[in-house]
Amino acid sequence: MSDIFNVGLLLSALRLATPLLLAALGGLFSERAGVINIALEGLMLAGAFTAASVTWYAGSPWVGLVSAVLAGALIAAVHAVACIRYRADQVVSGTAINILLTGVPALLSGAFFLSSGSTPQVPQENLIPWTPIVIAGLLVPLTYYVLYYTPFGLRLRAVGENPEAADAAGVSVNLMRYAAVLISGALAGIGGAYLSIGQSSLFTRNMSAGRGFIALAALIFGKWRPVQTMLACLLFGFTEAVAIQLQGVRFGGEEIPTQFVQIIPYVLTIVVLAGFIGTSRAPRALGIPYQKEK
Amino acid sequence: MKLLRELLFPVIAVLVAFVVGGVIVWVIGDNPFEVYGLLLGSALTWPDGIGYTLFYATPLIFTGLAVAVAFRCGLLNIGAEGQLYAAAFACAWVSIKLGGTVIKGFDGSPIAYGWASLPAVLLVPLALAAAMVVGGAWGAVPGWLKARFGAHEVITTIMMNFIAVSLVSYFTQYYYKAPGDPIMESVPIGESAHIARLGSFVPGLPERLPLNVAFLLAILACVLVYVFLWRTKWGYEIRATGANPSAAEYGGINVRKQIILAMAVSGALAGMVGINEVLGYRYRYYHEFSASYGFTGIAVALLGRNHPVGVFLAAILFGMLIRGGIFVDAFSQHVTKDLVEVLQAIVILFVAAEALFRGPFSRFGLLKRSKV
Repeated sequence: MSDIFNVGLLLSALRLATPLLLAALGGLFSERAGVINIALEGLMLAGAFTAASVTWYAGSPWVGLVSAVLAGALIAAVHAVACIRYRADQVVSGTAINILLTGVPALLSGAFFLSSGSTPQVPQENLIPWTPIVIAGLLVPLTYYVLYYTPFGLRLRAVGENPEAADAAGVSVNLMRYAAVLISGALAGIGGAYLSIGQSSLFTRNMSAGRGFIALAALIFGKWRPVQTMLACLLFGFTEAVAIQLQGVRFGGEEIPTQFVQIIPYVLTIVVLAGFIGTSRAPRALGIPYQKEK
Repeated sequence: MKLLRELLFPVIAVLVAFVVGGVIVWVIGDNPFEVYGLLLGSALTWPDGIGYTLFYATPLIFTGLAVAVAFRCGLLNIGAEGQLYAAAFACAWVSIKLGGTVIKGFDGSPIAYGWASLPAVLLVPLALAAAMVVGGAWGAVPGWLKARFGAHEVITTIMMNFIAVSLVSYFTQYYYKAPGDPIMESVPIGESAHIARLGSFVPGLPERLPLNVAFLLAILACVLVYVFLWRTKWGYEIRATGANPSAAEYGGINVRKQIILAMAVSGALAGMVGINEVLGYRYRYYHEFSASYGFTGIAVALLGRNHPVGVFLAAILFGMLIRGGIFVDAFSQHVTKDLVEVLQAIVILFVAAEALFRGPFSRFGLLKRSKV
């Protein structure tokens, strides 16, 4: 067993948890302000594709990273306008964004790089394997501080819990929600950039492979709170690392099925959501578009 | 007039999506008219274009109906993808176990997978039932979690999707994959479980086209869903729950029961995708076969206004796009078939953000302002 559980496993868990954490913190901002964000998957893909292509063109991962942030925020803006301005169903809009971002990067890479859905390889020296991990680590206390110790955070939570009261107190509900959704796009964009120019060296079609949804699960498992969400991401990253380690490992002549390790995060999320272990309560106004009384 | 209004927004949404898509095509460097000509033209040729269009539309009719039934109850079923995987595997499992599958091993000796070899009259109905029951059960679980514990169905269905894919992959990999097969697929199902291709009895339609009896089942499902929702007490109670749960509860309807029922029916419909795939097309369970049918079903249901007729038409449109996309991939200079996904996404966004169109229309007096 010791050749499975070692320092390498913990490091790999940390690496796997990072994109989840970045996306989950993004989702936290959006959802605490009352806007459901199942578009995290698409936002990560936007960041991943932009980071890889821009880094390849510009030759600098920092330009790539900033572009990924902007791309995430731009796509999040579409979600925000649809949900806030035009009161579209937030889950439906998020689904549309996810479908859009399986198509757009493939379409663009087909046009610009003449390949079906992947970007050219970014050279080794232009990769950023550690920076996003540090960013993610720093973002947890920062999010905690912003959310609980700044007027911005108070307003953000207020529009997610009781928009009428926030409005009566002079807070622009929709403005706060726009800000929150854009932040979520920016953070998910960093998460995506880490996938393409941190963990690997190019963008491949659908490379987020459901991580946006796991991030969402971690957010719910972490009860929409920064520190708990981080712990949930670490746990989910750890299970993924274990599943990878166990691939092809034989125990008493039998292959160990990794599928049962892979489903742990999903089962746990359902269990928590159903209230079997503690309760996970969503922000009260989550998913409800706000309209001022006329 | 009511019908016209129902049609108005979906048609506008599709037109706007095509315009936006056209601009994207133009920016990328192709001629949008040529690309659209290719996209729609290749879907309308007889027999290949139309045959494939209807074949690609078949799973979308099922998932579109699935999403629509749940939506009529006020639920968003994002789990059609998981329901159809669980169902397709169950369908294949029954058709292997009771279809008497035998394959040749490495040393040439036969390996039997089946318990029995039933005739088609028994096996096909059992396989159909397996798909619908397992799909329905996979849908009913999130329904129960919502009814009993208030767990949001969007999240639980997403989680159930991942669980379905993992479990089915486990069973395929460890129990039903032929030894040495490099592809994640099950052994073939028994031949008596195969359902006929339409080409075998429709004159002029060649048998090589994969369009099969499941398409007729899809049409039947549209009719049955209509009858169920608008002509039965259950359907009425589901719609009442969707329209206003507290009023329904006050009116003596058991809202919790309706939620579970709607999700079970929804899951069973999604599960029928497995019939098209396993019994009518590949004759085995092929892992991760679904080209996001479950998610496209959301687009189909929305565009079809959650009505069986609308779902049917929207599924045909999307079937055309999928068929045409393959030709765009092969014959256009820069644009790839991914254009289809972009078009689908834009359609969903515009249908969802209907307020965008309501504004200008009511301003010009073309539409009475809605009550909202």
